[in-house]
Amino acid sequence: MKVWRKIRESLTSSPIPLVFGILCLFGVVVSGKSWSFLLQEVVTRLARNWILVLSLLVPVSAGLGLNFSMVLGAMAAQTGIIVMTHLKVPGILGFLGAFIVSFPIAVVLGFVAGNIMNKAKGREMIAGMMLGFFMNGVYQLVFLFMVGTVIPMKNPDLMLPQGFGLRNTVELKYMKYALDNLLNVSLSGLVIPLATFALIGLVCLGLNRLYKTKLGQDFRAVGQDMHVASVAGIDVNKTRLLAVVIATVLASLGQLVFLQNIGTLNTYNSHEQVATFAIASLLLGGATVTRATVGQALAGTFLFHLLFIVSPYAGQSLMGSPQVGEYFRVFVAYGIIAAALVVHAWEAHRRALSAAKRGLPEGETDRAG
Amino acid sequence: MRRLVERVGVPRLLVGLFLLILFALAGLQRLPVKMLISSALVRIGMNGVLVLAMLPSIRAGLGLNFGLPLGVISGIVGMLVSLELRLSGLAGFFFALLVGVLLSLPAGYVYGLLLNRVKGEEMMVGTYMGFSLVAGMCMFWLLAPFKNPEMIWVVGGKGLRVTIPISHRFGGVLDNLGKFSIGGVEVPAGLLLFFAFLCVLVYLFSFTRTGMAMKAAGMNPAFARASGVNVEKMRILGATLSTVLGAVGIAVYAQSLGFVQLYLAPLMMAFPAVAAVLLGGASTSRATVFNAVAGVTLFQTLLTISLPVTQSVIGGDISEVAKLIISNGMILYALTRKEA
Amino acid sequence: MPSVPVVLKMIGITKEFYGNPVLKNVNLDVKQGEIHGLVGENGAGKTTLMNILFGMPVIQETGGFSGRIVFDGKEFLPREPRQAMAAGIGMVHQEFMLIPGFSVTENIKLNREITKENFLSRMFSRKLETLDMTTMAAHSRKAIDALAFEGIDEWAPVAGMPVGHKQFVEIAREIDKENVKLLVFDEPTAVLTESEAAILLDALKRLARRGIGILFISHRLDEVLAICDRVTVLRDGEIVAEKKAGETTVIELAERMVGRKVGGLRVPDRVKLPETGEDVLVVEDLAVNMPGERVRGVSFTVKRGEILGIGGLAGHGKLGIANGIMGLQPASGSVRFLGREISLNDPVSALRAGLAFVSEDRRNIGLLLDEALEDNLALTAMQVHGRFLRRVGPFTVRDPGSIRRYALETIKEFDIRTTGPRQIVRRLSGGNQQKVCIARAISLEPKLLLVSEPTRGIDVGAKQKVLEILHRLNREKGLTIIMTSSELVELRRICHRIIIMYGGIIAGILPPDASDAEFGLTMSGERSAERSGEHETTR
Repeated sequence: MKVWRKIRESLTSSPIPLVFGILCLFGVVVSGKSWSFLLQEVVTRLARNWILVLSLLVPVSAGLGLNFSMVLGAMAAQTGIIVMTHLKVPGILGFLGAFIVSFPIAVVLGFVAGNIMNKAKGREMIAGMMLGFFMNGVYQLVFLFMVGTVIPMKNPDLMLPQGFGLRNTVELKYMKYALDNLLNVSLSGLVIPLATFALIGLVCLGLNRLYKTKLGQDFRAVGQDMHVASVAGIDVNKTRLLAVVIATVLASLGQLVFLQNIGTLNTYNSHEQVATFAIASLLLGGATVTRATVGQALAGTFLFHLLFIVSPYAGQSLMGSPQVGEYFRVFVAYGIIAAALVVHAWEAHRRALSAAKRGLPEGETDRAG
Repeated sequence: MRRLVERVGVPRLLVGLFLLILFALAGLQRLPVKMLISSALVRIGMNGVLVLAMLPSIRAGLGLNFGLPLGVISGIVGMLVSLELRLSGLAGFFFALLVGVLLSLPAGYVYGLLLNRVKGEEMMVGTYMGFSLVAGMCMFWLLAPFKNPEMIWVVGGKGLRVTIPISHRFGGVLDNLGKFSIGGVEVPAGLLLFFAFLCVLVYLFSFTRTGMAMKAAGMNPAFARASGVNVEKMRILGATLSTVLGAVGIAVYAQSLGFVQLYLAPLMMAFPAVAAVLLGGASTSRATVFNAVAGVTLFQTLLTISLPVTQSVIGGDISEVAKLIISNGMILYALTRKEA
Repeated sequence: MPSVPVVLKMIGITKEFYGNPVLKNVNLDVKQGEIHGLVGENGAGKTTLMNILFGMPVIQETGGFSGRIVFDGKEFLPREPRQAMAAGIGMVHQEFMLIPGFSVTENIKLNREITKENFLSRMFSRKLETLDMTTMAAHSRKAIDALAFEGIDEWAPVAGMPVGHKQFVEIAREIDKENVKLLVFDEPTAVLTESEAAILLDALKRLARRGIGILFISHRLDEVLAICDRVTVLRDGEIVAEKKAGETTVIELAERMVGRKVGGLRVPDRVKLPETGEDVLVVEDLAVNMPGERVRGVSFTVKRGEILGIGGLAGHGKLGIANGIMGLQPASGSVRFLGREISLNDPVSALRAGLAFVSEDRRNIGLLLDEALEDNLALTAMQVHGRFLRRVGPFTVRDPGSIRRYALETIKEFDIRTTGPRQIVRRLSGGNQQKVCIARAISLEPKLLLVSEPTRGIDVGAKQKVLEILHRLNREKGLTIIMTSSELVELRRICHRIIIMYGGIIAGILPPDASDAEFGLTMSGERSAERSGEHETTR
């Protein structure tokens, strides 16, 4: 299988997946959990998270780095889910409806994010992160204060008793497993949500095809050298904008898949960690700030979630405290991002230094990466 | 009029106007305005040092110090050591400061070395370095060998508590030092004086030979190098000073709060401080003591007063949301400005 | 050849930058199948002329130009490079416009990819059409073969290719454009080895035979004469000669390039140097890795009280020397000042030894643009010598009194036009900024002053003033000066000797009164260092 070949390739080409693979293996052994339990957990989590991680690929190829603004897509998805839950649309119809509602919101938010990143060239990641935090405030303003006051809505199931604002947790009784249960098979006790995996496969296929189109070529050109691309007549800003919009829409799709599996919406928290976990997953697969493949996204998510599952059990059996394991996985998530950023900046710094020593014109070196 | 707007700056004007409206509303709603001012004064002094910690970092060309948790963690460890030794009062506080500063010196130095290798990505690296440090320290808090029962979980007895009350140790030692009351407004003189003292120190430092060199290194590294300034050293110094101020800042913060907050509490500590200095008129490359003081005053007054006012006017607490929008919006605005 | 149609006609092109005329009534035409050489010193206006032809945004941003362009028989007014490309003008850039991570084919076909329709592209956008790599590669192969250059694989990535190969990829990209009628080459052989250059020149001739007009910009005059049909010489924004290649010589071109009436500006008297002056600075085998201004090993001495000029064309290393001596660019070799070795790559060492530097990069290295004039003046002396400081308790802080006094003195002495010592230097004019830079260097009380491009980008009156200041410092205070400049005429006015750099080495050390032809030939590398060495001995 192509996917497995790619996983193998990325495992051997980069030490990070290898190191964490070994760490995971160690965790699996000391956790003392059965393979069938772990396998079911991993399968569930892969189905839940893969699209979110895949949504990060396009901005990386277009030179925008890790898309910390993907929370905007998650917010769009949650808006769609809230609307569908309010309208009590059940099952896959609700899922589709939520996507239809969230799609235009994601496009608009992606447009905003893309414009901001075009204004903050060279610091897209931190701008994206701050945009995520900022929009989180706006999101809370809308759903905590405007719903029921400015936006007319009455629904005691969803809303706080004071008459405005949504509840902190919303049971997604109409949409839970809408996609997962559409088609699933059970292999000796292991439940595999086929429809979800089919959607993931579709996204992978679409991304691979995208890289073979003119648009994909533009993304790569802009990602490698904005100056050369613009001299060749490519509209750099528009191309970058498009990359962010695509990423935001994919992220919203990813969050829909995520939430239909979880089954409850933490109205004000569900989206907060989305970017951190997805980005950490991608990086664990051996991706960097400037290079990420579908294979790395798939492999990284597998590793990250395996680590996520076994950490508390390993903490329990090693330190006598599951909390140590819980903090450990948070530490890994942040740590791997910090490390990737350091490596990225360090290499750029070293390239500039060594180029200066060789006496090359500066432009040459900037493009060498 | 336009010149006035330009000098004061749109963000400050907006926030200032907003503040005026809030005060007017507070008066109309018959809220205890004097008490609000008192608590605003406490919050200004309480957060001021953390905001001041942004200055060396910005001045040295490292940008906004999102790696502030590094200093915060040092300060927290300092306080824990002081608590473990069961010190109280001013002695306890200054001992905590001493340990915190001693820890933050090497931490800041190493942080500076790291930042010198990631030029151009200081803010992003700082953010995630801070995040991972906070997460990593969570494991430490669970396993740390502290024995004082005030600090560890009563039940189970393993690991430090999430919040450690310090009011009987050195909580409020600065707030209550020379506290006086003017027309019903309580002034935490000790706290404000301590903050003012640090402001003066930072201000004076900016006029020293080293301070001038640091400023030149931050504004224009090529110029500084040609003027015989060791730019790398200045950047390390900037990171170190910022981290030291962060350590002092958290101690001041905690003594006002009455608690030491552990685990994920320091995670987002940098953002309000960053937002405040930007609100005060600083940019990612320029900042003055005035910016820090003005910023923390505006920001904290706003947060103090918006809570009761919005609660009484619309019946919900909008202050947390306002804090999110204003602080993050301010940072976003600074990052997308061309000049920055 | 009156029957051959003209591809490009530029008529009466005039352009000003902020009141400075850079092109004055320039007429230039290129015929089909002709190779037209364009030569001139830096700053003669070649780049501006090409920017106009390509519709670079900088031209519109600075107020446009006057004159007409006729391209392929039609009026042509490009407002952005895309229009020039669409019309059929190709440009081979001096710096490479290649994406290293892309293959040769992908680079040649950048933004001109050949695509096939598919289901999605029909539904949404042509942007979603699939790339047809096979056809793209075939086209690229054809373009490369047309250059008759062996050894470029159309599938190979560009990263890691020798520079010569990259140059050919660039050219292949231009000739792959189907409608290309005019190709502009900006110093294409500068980065090539001799054999590569020969192949390139051959390829140019072959392209011309296919009927493409070629505009060939180069400093290598022999090359120009070897392949061009006609040559145009640009000097100070004016066309001073337009010759058939067969009817002129390298010497004539060189003379036309640099020669200019010395007039307008007053020539101060040069101080007579004693025959047996002491060598204060001894430079041996200095190599400097300054990007774009590489120095490959120079040795020279500077006598006490001398003004030594360093000239040469851009990119030949003249700017590297001062930056290397001052430790601002990575350097190797040996520099001794007053008998003491200066450690290279360490600005503090040079500054402490008594050297001071006025950088060519005034806005980036010379000034803190957003700081007050007086702080700009004082900062270096404060850092290097601890001047302008006083003690306040445990602190040593800046001394506003002495800084103010020095600033006021300087403003008067150098005639700096300013609203006062607290004015932000960004708001000063270029000439006044330059005076601040010089005054800052003087505040170090240097024993040797290095000045690079002191008159670049400032108006005529300020130029005169700056030169007078340098001259006065030399005459009255006996200050030894190394002055680097692209303005040969200025070097010849105040220097005692002039080093001419070519290809990173010293091409010659000339007296200021050497002939125009001699300067021209030395600057364009036509004269070897040995021959011009005569001047040293006959002085």
